[in-house]
Amino acid sequence: MRHVLSLLLENEAGALSRVSGLFSSRGYNIESLTVAPTEDASMSRMTIVTSGSDEVIEQITKQLNKLVDVVKVIDVSEAAHIERELMLVKVRAVGAAREEMKRMADIFRGRIIDVTDASYVIELTGTQEKLDSFLGALDGGLILETVRSGVCGIGRGDRVLKI
Amino acid sequence: MVLTGAEIVVRCLQEEKVEYLFGYPGGSVLFIYDELFKQDKVRHVLVRHEQAAVHAADGYARTTGKVGVALVTSGPGATNAVTGIATAYMDSIPLVIISGQVPTAAIGLDAFQEVDTVGITRPCVKHNFLVRDARDIAATLKKAFLIASTGRPGPVLVDIPKDVTAQRCEFAYPETVNLRSYNPVTRGHSGQIRKAVQLLLEARRPMIYSGGGVVLSNAAEKLTKLARLLNFPCTNTLMGLGGFPASDRQFVGMLGMHGSYEANMGMHYCDVLLAVGARFDDRVIGNTEHFTQEPRKIIHIDIDPSSISKRVRVDVPIVGDVGDVLDDMIAYLEAGSERPDAECLAAWWRQVDEWRSRDSLGYKNSNEIIKPQFVVQKLWEITGGDAFITTDVGQHQMWSAQYYKFDKPRRWVTSGGLGTMGFGLPAAMGVQLAHPGSPVACITGEGSIQMCIQELSTCKQYRLPIKIISLNNRYLGMVRQWQEIFHGNRYSESYMDSLPDFAKLAEAYGHVGLQITKPGDVEGALREAFKRKDDLVFLDFRIDQTENVYPMIQGGKGLNEMILSSEDL
Ligand SMILES: Cc1ncc(C[n+]2csc(CCOP(=O)(O)OP(=O)(O)O)c2C)c(N)n1
Repeated sequence: MRHVLSLLLENEAGALSRVSGLFSSRGYNIESLTVAPTEDASMSRMTIVTSGSDEVIEQITKQLNKLVDVVKVIDVSEAAHIERELMLVKVRAVGAAREEMKRMADIFRGRIIDVTDASYVIELTGTQEKLDSFLGALDGGLILETVRSGVCGIGRGDRVLKI
Repeated sequence: MVLTGAEIVVRCLQEEKVEYLFGYPGGSVLFIYDELFKQDKVRHVLVRHEQAAVHAADGYARTTGKVGVALVTSGPGATNAVTGIATAYMDSIPLVIISGQVPTAAIGLDAFQEVDTVGITRPCVKHNFLVRDARDIAATLKKAFLIASTGRPGPVLVDIPKDVTAQRCEFAYPETVNLRSYNPVTRGHSGQIRKAVQLLLEARRPMIYSGGGVVLSNAAEKLTKLARLLNFPCTNTLMGLGGFPASDRQFVGMLGMHGSYEANMGMHYCDVLLAVGARFDDRVIGNTEHFTQEPRKIIHIDIDPSSISKRVRVDVPIVGDVGDVLDDMIAYLEAGSERPDAECLAAWWRQVDEWRSRDSLGYKNSNEIIKPQFVVQKLWEITGGDAFITTDVGQHQMWSAQYYKFDKPRRWVTSGGLGTMGFGLPAAMGVQLAHPGSPVACITGEGSIQMCIQELSTCKQYRLPIKIISLNNRYLGMVRQWQEIFHGNRYSESYMDSLPDFAKLAEAYGHVGLQITKPGDVEGALREAFKRKDDLVFLDFRIDQTENVYPMIQGGKGLNEMILSSEDL
């Protein structure tokens, strides 16, 4: 089962490698991992997308909680939540493809944020599935480069991850 | 007060009342050594290899309950210490290791003796720090001691670049430190505790299975009290020996791969299992699937939530300090008059005693050749069961666990989790320093002792009258045993040629050495060794080369599938 874990951790050198090291040394899956400081500069927020049986997810949560730099862990996918990921795609945009790319970006509510004679950079935000289907809808031969941020997750409504 | 970083390090150790600092100098810690030289509160013990410094601090910690402290230099000093750190980590031993680092400006430039110590040790420490500013030293060391000694204990490493030890800044040792992300639970959940007690009262075939956590939390007396209140059989893990008195009728011996028949059968067939500070290790329960097929209710008390339901699902998890939780359980029991059904218990005890009557630890003694079990039994007799025993790893370690009966906690010092050969002698040094005047014996094999034999020199320098009991079988015995049983007697690289004359070697280091070849001389030699209160005596017992450790559970087998002797193979 796929789970989205949200962590608050001390904004300390090495905190990221403690978390990633835990996953590699214990053989847990990481589908994506994103991390950046929060409004409180002493703390970072991390989102990890992982998968495993209930037992494995329970162990992951316990092991993360054991790390001294980890302040709090929740499984945001346990209840109503929102996931978003940002993707930048550089595509070839010449001839007929130029118009086609513009059309596809519009359909998926993407934005073209860089334009040259031969290429576009399209920015797209959404769930993992939306980004996947956008890539699926493009002619693979025209994709020059893609970069994805990894998933960010947040609970809906009153569910707040804070200390 | 303005001090240098190095002065601050030493002042912090003094504030923490560190008696002994086990270490080895080098370029990046020279300022710290200079400050050690100028004071006499913290006594430095100069080992001969950094691995030994950490093992010695570890032996000190295991037998005192205090934090053991080691100091090593950057690069090779730190990498040599890693085996010691990992050993302590696996057995949850509280240590603070201070390592020197190259100057901050040189970090990352492949400087001389630079290694990423924080990176290398990350997977085998409870936590570690790199201190980049002298103003952070005091708070960091305070945190290190706090983290090492609270919750589930473990080693904490503090890496300090050389320039930081030379910086000057204001010093005040903080009384407290704030760690918002570190709050180990100590009190157990009262609802869970009540549920557990109810289960215990309803048990018909109960078993108490206790581990190193009981020793670490100083809860042996509480465990004993609870077990007696309930009249339940009790087994200890290798790490838990001494957590329940071995001479008590309710003790059924160690369990696991080389545990007693009654302990393993009781563990397998019980209907309610109380696991206390133990972690269902693979060497303890063998095949997990086989173990969980037999229905039973499990209560598990542990300070570390991640130890609970890690390998075996439990029914009543209780997170908390073992001692506090046992206190609460005893209070619940004593507040009521309900006790487990006496008839059921009597029937269960008859079953346990029947298993016990198989005498799974029986062995055939000999008049011709020294049996290792006999040496350990005699050692136990002669020391009145009250010596501090350290071991290395192998057959001798298992015989020690089986035949030396520990009635008290913190007398038994062995590398259980990592299984580190070379641990025994340096650990014994830390033990002997912590308990001057008390008998300390290191039971070892001719393979293991050579992994830290250089420490005989440290023992001479600090006049440590350790008794080394070498069960010399001229084989890497445990390896040979597995090759005999699982690899068709192909003794690949498990025989050692050209062994030194250990008695003479000990003499060369300035100690007393004796070689014993006849069973009739065993007792005399042991008595002689312990009479020599001021000398380290190396007893080189030439034992039966082919003796194997029994009983045994083969890999992948279940607890009720023990082999009692080679005849069962
Ligand atoms: C550092 C290290 N290397 C290898 C091993 C694997 N090992 C486990 S027991 C053993 C043999 C130990 O031989 P010895 O010390 O002579 O003890 P004996 O088994 O003969 O009593 C070995 C090599 C280990 N535990 N530790």
